[in-house]
Amino acid sequence: MTQLALVIDLNSCVGCSACVTSCNEWNNLGSNNGVKRVLFNQVQTYETGDFNDCKTLHFPKSCLHCEDPPCVPVCPTGASYKRKEDGIVLVDYDKCIGCKYCSWACPYGARELDPRENVMKKCTLCVDRIYNKSLPKKQRKPACVLVCPTNARLFGDINDPNSKVSSIIANNNGYRLMSEWNTKPANHYLPLLKKD
Amino acid sequence: MNPAFSVIFFTTLIGAGQGLFSALYIGEVYAFFNIVDKGNSSQMIETGLFLVVILMTIGLFASMFHLGRPERAWQAMSQWRTSWLSREIIILMVFVVMVILWGLAYFIKGSLLLSNLEVRFDLLIGLIATILAIFLYICTAMIYVVIKFIQEWSTPLTVFNYVSLGLSSGFTQVVALASYFQSPLIDFYTIWALTLILVAMIMRLLSLYRNKHIKHKSTIKTALGVQHMKVRHISQESAISSYNAREFFHHSSMGLMQLIKWFFLVFAFVMPFFLVIFGWSEGNPGIFVAAILIQYIGLLAERWHFFAQANHPQNIYY
Repeated sequence: MTQLALVIDLNSCVGCSACVTSCNEWNNLGSNNGVKRVLFNQVQTYETGDFNDCKTLHFPKSCLHCEDPPCVPVCPTGASYKRKEDGIVLVDYDKCIGCKYCSWACPYGARELDPRENVMKKCTLCVDRIYNKSLPKKQRKPACVLVCPTNARLFGDINDPNSKVSSIIANNNGYRLMSEWNTKPANHYLPLLKKD
Repeated sequence: MNPAFSVIFFTTLIGAGQGLFSALYIGEVYAFFNIVDKGNSSQMIETGLFLVVILMTIGLFASMFHLGRPERAWQAMSQWRTSWLSREIIILMVFVVMVILWGLAYFIKGSLLLSNLEVRFDLLIGLIATILAIFLYICTAMIYVVIKFIQEWSTPLTVFNYVSLGLSSGFTQVVALASYFQSPLIDFYTIWALTLILVAMIMRLLSLYRNKHIKHKSTIKTALGVQHMKVRHISQESAISSYNAREFFHHSSMGLMQLIKWFFLVFAFVMPFFLVIFGWSEGNPGIFVAAILIQYIGLLAERWHFFAQANHPQNIYY
């Protein structure tokens, strides 16, 4: 079964937030001018270690499109669902009542209430881009992937053993976030490598 | 979590309504088997049922403020196969209908003969409604229990708390009603109310003890996948005015949390317990009304603390 996902290379990410801007622009998420807004994707920055031996870690995070998404069964209206054909977790904006329960049930904090439409929103893996025949084939990828200047974001089917993302995950010890909850996030991260 | 007042009012009000109904019904059952003498309690039942419907309606109204699109709330009943929230809404609706039916059956005094045993309709309907009331507590609690990574909630103690806190508030109300209408059931109800307040307090103390010693499974290492001893969050901008910062952090000091904990222990348990004893010995319905109000304020604080104490793992990212 197809499971589309992102693979994020933490070694390549420079924290420029171009993915955030590109996501906001394509998904029409509004600007950060002090008003409440919704974010599908964000980059947070961490520092590991102590003085003399510390490292900066830029950490992009969006909906991880879990293979066993905890946000789906809790939804009282069926607005939150996982597509069988490509594994993308989506919200049906016409069914959502904005009860926020799915956001409570997501351990990653990937879902937000859109203050303008009062429904829950989150990363759609740019479902309206990746199958969009009006776009050139090369551009049928999530907006964040296309814009990344360091190629830190890759997109593909992680369940296809012959896909590029599958081999990159296998060869680079790709891992899932908070694996202790068995949500099996589809998005994978490539670990930060130690520099000699 | 950031406690939402709509949910706090919703859960405490319907909990009190379910408890009051269960109390009225148990009185009827005991009287039916001649264990207690209920005297003429129809006025008490009438007022009690009216209160139950009012409490459930105000509770439901409060819950609407939690929704982004309340006009679509009816759709929330569709996913009963998987969602406890959906089950809660369905059971709540059926419960209110059964309460009204019980009222009708009670005042019509319908009975039918099954072989030699007389079975009263109202007792049968009441039994179904009481089972629904208990199941409704379980549904409400399970909404929180099933979120396994909010470890403060994901325990059977949450279910016991919702059941015992709701029932105790219902029985405090029924004692006041029994006192006001001078029902002979007052002694019976007082013993129930005192027992339930004690049980609720023990359950809540157990959950407070458990949550104090909880070991969280998720850490910054599992959240980021970084195997380093020291990890520090240094970006600040994402924490400002974001949904995650508003929804999952209660923004209250540890001191206030402690204060509210002691406040609800005194207001929800200690004071109502002694006020019920005092009201009983004095035979004064006014004291019982004070007990109800103080207990309800305590239960609001308890529910606030229940939400605020819950640590959502997404907070690790901030």
